[in-house]
Amino acid sequence: MAGGEVLRQNLPEKLEESPSGANELHVLAVDDSLVDRKVIERLLKISSCKVTVVESGTRALQYLGLDGDKKSSIGFDSVKVNLIMTDYSMPGMTGYDLLKKIKQESSVFREIPVVIMSSENILTRIDRCLEEGAEDFLLKPVKLSDVRRLKDFIMRGEVKEGEKRCCKRSRSEDCSPSSMTHPCDSSLLSSLSSSSVLSPLSPSTLSSKKSRL
Amino acid sequence: MDKVRLQREAAFIRSSLLDQGYLDEQFIQLEELQDNDNPNFVEEVVTLFYTDSARLIYNIDQALLSNPTDFTKLDDYMHQFKGSCSSIGAKKVKNECNGFGEYCEAQNYDGCFRTFQQIKQEYINLKKKLETYFQLLKEAA
Repeated sequence: MAGGEVLRQNLPEKLEESPSGANELHVLAVDDSLVDRKVIERLLKISSCKVTVVESGTRALQYLGLDGDKKSSIGFDSVKVNLIMTDYSMPGMTGYDLLKKIKQESSVFREIPVVIMSSENILTRIDRCLEEGAEDFLLKPVKLSDVRRLKDFIMRGEVKEGEKRCCKRSRSEDCSPSSMTHPCDSSLLSSLSSSSVLSPLSPSTLSSKKSRL
Repeated sequence: MDKVRLQREAAFIRSSLLDQGYLDEQFIQLEELQDNDNPNFVEEVVTLFYTDSARLIYNIDQALLSNPTDFTKLDDYMHQFKGSCSSIGAKKVKNECNGFGEYCEAQNYDGCFRTFQQIKQEYINLKKKLETYFQLLKEAA
């Protein structure tokens, strides 16, 4: 299968159609804590997201079809994830390791925004995660307002991406990888170059991050 | 049984737990996630917390019995326990855990051991109060 074809058919940015017809965000949540898995699942469901919760980075990669030996096309077709939220401190593969693995992948998976959650407010940790391409860094316990803010940001990105695709299709049939940029990329890069710790989200993120620091 | 009285009793326990610092805003956040479709959400989370805590407390007890003491393991278990406490808003228990972390870092076994007995006591305290609370809620429904 040619790379271009895979991209056209299996864009992870595509929103799932829920039974009601409304576009739903599919979030993959990764956490080794039993309690936290239950809470994050509820936070996401109450925010009208489709949720898949797994207990480790390894499981997350398996779910995405990125576990090395089994990159079957079945895995590519069935999994459409719009956001990954992962705990930082996990045994074996940490959230940071998972983030790196995803960002090292082909452009299809690298485009999925990854958010790190941690109970520890460590500046160097936050910096490292953002530098590696994390969309945001949330302090635990994660609140409903965090999830809502995140959802709004991702949804805005999805709408822009959808509009981009519509324009491209009308111009040409060619969907080369270089033209598939994520709306977050340019803004995240600019925030990094200004040595900002903060991710390019709404002002409320900035103020909430500041109060934590 | 007078349901109104039971409801008032439950509300009183809840207020005391919050006022006296046993629980914090995170508990309230969990309550906000409860609705008619998920009427027992808070109790379900708290029950998971008991299960998880039982496991972690057992592991810490075992680690404290092992010779030589593996302070890294102790710290790791405590970190998990603290995280769970934080997730349900168990403020007082969580705060007791801070001392433990410091003793771990200093590789002070006695400090760890003594602090952990306090932590267990606080945990048992909270568990009893929460169990009474949820029982009252059930009876008042």
